[in-house]
Amino acid sequence: MDMALPIVNATATVLARVSAAFNAPLARAVVFGVHIDGHLVVEGLLIAVIVFQLTRKSYKPPKKPLTEKEIDELCDDWKPEPLCPPIKEGARIDTPMLESAAGPHTIVDGKEVVNFASANYLGLIGNEKIIDSCVGSLEKYGVGSCGPRGFYGTIDVHLDCEAKIAKFLGTPDSILYSYGISTIFSVIPAFCKKGDIIVADEGVHWAVQNGLHLSRSTVVYFKHNDMASLASTLEKLTRGNKRAEKIRRYIVVESIYQNSGQIAPLDEIVRLKEKYRFRVILEESHSFGVLGKSGRGLAEHYGVPIEKIDIITAGMGNALATDGGFCTGSVRVVDHQRLSSSGYVFSASLPPYLASAAVSAVNYLEENPSVLSNLRSNIALLHKELSDTPGLEISSHVLSPIVFLKLKKSTGSPTTDLDLLETIAERVLKEDSVFIVTSKKSNLDRCKLPIGIRLFVSVGHTESDISALSKSLKGVSASVLSDYF
Amino acid sequence: MVRLPYTTALTTLFSYGLLFAFGQLRDFFRKFVDWFKAKNVKGYAPICLGLEDFYVRRLYLRIQDCFGRPIASAPDSWFDVVERISNDNNKTLQRTSHTTRCLNLGSYNYLGFAAADEYCTPRAIESLKKYSASTCSVRVDGGTTKLHAELEELVARFVGKPAAILFGMGYVTNSAIIPCLIGKGGLIISDSLNHNSIVNGARGSGATVRVFQHNSPAHLEEVLREQIAGGQPRTHRPWKKIIVIVEGIYSMEGELCKLPEIIAVCKKYKAYTYLDEAHSIGAVGQSGRGVCELLGVDPADVDIMMGTFTKSFGSCGGYIAASKDIIQHLKHTCPAHLYATSMSPPAVQQVISAIKVILGEDGSNRGAQKLARIRENSNFFRSELKKMGFEVLGDNDSPVMPIMLYNPAKIPAFSRECLRQKVAVVTVAFPATPLLLARARICISASHTKEDLVTALDVISRVGDLVGIKYFPAEPPKIAEVGHNKLE
Repeated sequence: MDMALPIVNATATVLARVSAAFNAPLARAVVFGVHIDGHLVVEGLLIAVIVFQLTRKSYKPPKKPLTEKEIDELCDDWKPEPLCPPIKEGARIDTPMLESAAGPHTIVDGKEVVNFASANYLGLIGNEKIIDSCVGSLEKYGVGSCGPRGFYGTIDVHLDCEAKIAKFLGTPDSILYSYGISTIFSVIPAFCKKGDIIVADEGVHWAVQNGLHLSRSTVVYFKHNDMASLASTLEKLTRGNKRAEKIRRYIVVESIYQNSGQIAPLDEIVRLKEKYRFRVILEESHSFGVLGKSGRGLAEHYGVPIEKIDIITAGMGNALATDGGFCTGSVRVVDHQRLSSSGYVFSASLPPYLASAAVSAVNYLEENPSVLSNLRSNIALLHKELSDTPGLEISSHVLSPIVFLKLKKSTGSPTTDLDLLETIAERVLKEDSVFIVTSKKSNLDRCKLPIGIRLFVSVGHTESDISALSKSLKGVSASVLSDYF
Repeated sequence: MVRLPYTTALTTLFSYGLLFAFGQLRDFFRKFVDWFKAKNVKGYAPICLGLEDFYVRRLYLRIQDCFGRPIASAPDSWFDVVERISNDNNKTLQRTSHTTRCLNLGSYNYLGFAAADEYCTPRAIESLKKYSASTCSVRVDGGTTKLHAELEELVARFVGKPAAILFGMGYVTNSAIIPCLIGKGGLIISDSLNHNSIVNGARGSGATVRVFQHNSPAHLEEVLREQIAGGQPRTHRPWKKIIVIVEGIYSMEGELCKLPEIIAVCKKYKAYTYLDEAHSIGAVGQSGRGVCELLGVDPADVDIMMGTFTKSFGSCGGYIAASKDIIQHLKHTCPAHLYATSMSPPAVQQVISAIKVILGEDGSNRGAQKLARIRENSNFFRSELKKMGFEVLGDNDSPVMPIMLYNPAKIPAFSRECLRQKVAVVTVAFPATPLLLARARICISASHTKEDLVTALDVISRVGDLVGIKYFPAEPPKIAEVGHNKLE
């Protein structure tokens, strides 16, 4: 018991000292007039530790960029595809070569043939007056214009041609382009920018599709030449869409579709456009100089005042038998293109002799409006004669100068269809000296309409030409397509 | 490259700022005036919203008479410029019947084929009478005539490639070919100053586009390494193919492309090369065969060579020359071949005759004379301009020489004063060039005689003094300059 007591005493003393040490400074701590208890120090330390952990960055494995040696290896390993795919076996390569002007009768590969492959609707190829005006231009101006329109490439014949076309159509002004297909794919991106809405027919040709793609706008396609589909698309796009008021909206249609020969019902389109507040871009390459009482195009044909159509474009390589294109509309529309249309600003202007050919062609059309009724009777005659062709049926409009024949019953695969049609065209040329062509498709073209044989009717075709064609076509198609029916 | 001195940059920015401020002020007042005259196109969004056409309305229209000047004769070395007057402060311009005979320093007439030529024009007229102005048909239907086939062979022979294909317009050539060669999953690397047609073609193809610094093979190599190692964006799959697009002569700089180095880089990394020779075919090179001949590059090393007939051959249209397989593939797929009206026969005949003259196959040596003359003219003109103290861009032997103006007020001053003294020049501003780097561009032709050039130099020197564009110190007339070739 003697030893226990000092130990107890010692323990008690130590305990007392420790608690005094704990309590003493803290009990007496008065910092800035505030009492501080012991637990506050511990809590403060804990908060400091938590804050420290939160501010540490999370662990990420370090990024290692590729070393030069690795990049070298990757570059050595990489194998590019060949620049062009190998040619398919049996693909038809040769195109028929003309040896004289592409009028209703021409010489192909040494033989004289009846020509249904040139869009020479008014028969102006070989017209004396036009050739004379071209010769005058060639002697005065040479061939090319050697510059874009902004840099001394504007020749007075260009300005005359623009004024003449505008006067002929009844619009305030027009603008000339130097190539037919570049017209539409420069006009569309000049007016339609990212964020705009475009409603287009699904059967438009490649140049229009390219223009729509380059414009980066939202494009919605409606069923080919189907007004009910157009109406429902317009309704869907504008219903409940408050933003639709502030963005530009366009409808893009062709007057006569190259891919099918249908004619767009313009009066219906104008009615819809006014109801839903869209602007119309009309591509008139194949109807300018063909439709309407005096050849002024689709608007005259339907009796729609020309001011209601906002933008009209056309290539002059068809009825007017020259090259290039034009666009017409209000003054604002035309002026805007002179600085923001890339095919106009960044390209050399139309050769002057082609512009004077265009002026002479329009003059001819104004002086001889009777050619239009002759053209219409030729088309009607062709329709009548070809109505009972075995295996083929006419699917174009009765007034369209592009007569489109497609297979009554498709074989199921587009390549076989194309093969059959091309065989028919070849045999008609070889055996009966009638030159016809099928519609061609590039693999960049997204139009899904059926292909067929396209006949371009001209005013220069005589009745005997048309009967020769129908006889030959009936005979050849009967023999080629007999295996399939 | 252009070195922009600081003081000039400051004054140019100040000028543009002032023009911008005035433009905004006028727009502000216009808003008030228009509010009273409400237009009746309710419900339709305007064709140009707000600031989209600010540049056109407030800056371009002030100097509109310097651009788009109509002419009343052939664009030869001397031509008639039609005078225009404006009744509403340059907003619209009307033609008068008055013309001025001026010296032409603006048209792309490098070899002088622009006007009626003694060999070419009779043949063009003959072909017009035989084939008429147009074939009204696409190439694959009934639009190929004997002339087209002959020209394709001739072009292929001239350029040094196995085969060629023709198109009716140079712009369409680029925009329609590039999508046929490359699509989604491919990479296009193009020079930063490439022409708008190449940009359009690249965008239309759907491939990824990357840009490398103008004329810098080192940066091209960097971009190639980075792209091949990285692969397609986001998926990092390897690229299907890579095409590098460069031009022979850049039309706004007058510079030649550094072709041998770029070809070496492309061969090392297995990229395909596409050379656009719009301005250089027929104008440079010992026998007019373009940049390849001038810089000693074998045409077989360039995969695709493109060119136009507008500049040196005095016609219209474009071509692509490449291997037989590629041309065959293009004939089957290119939309411009399948859907576009074929080139006009007289234009085709003009090119055939022009190439025959250049090659000397017409029986005279006019072609060699023209080529020698354009080289002498360009070098003489460029060295004289530099001696006078102008800042001239471009390499020796290139017939395009831009003279820097910088300040927006100097553009109309230079242009109008030169026209008053009967010299027609081309001035270029935004958006064809960067905003601060406006310039006047001179195109020399083989049909300019020595007297024409001396007259032009005289006028330009006087106008340059008046306008104040001699940014470099003029050389004293006693010291003769040793003209050294900038090319390796």
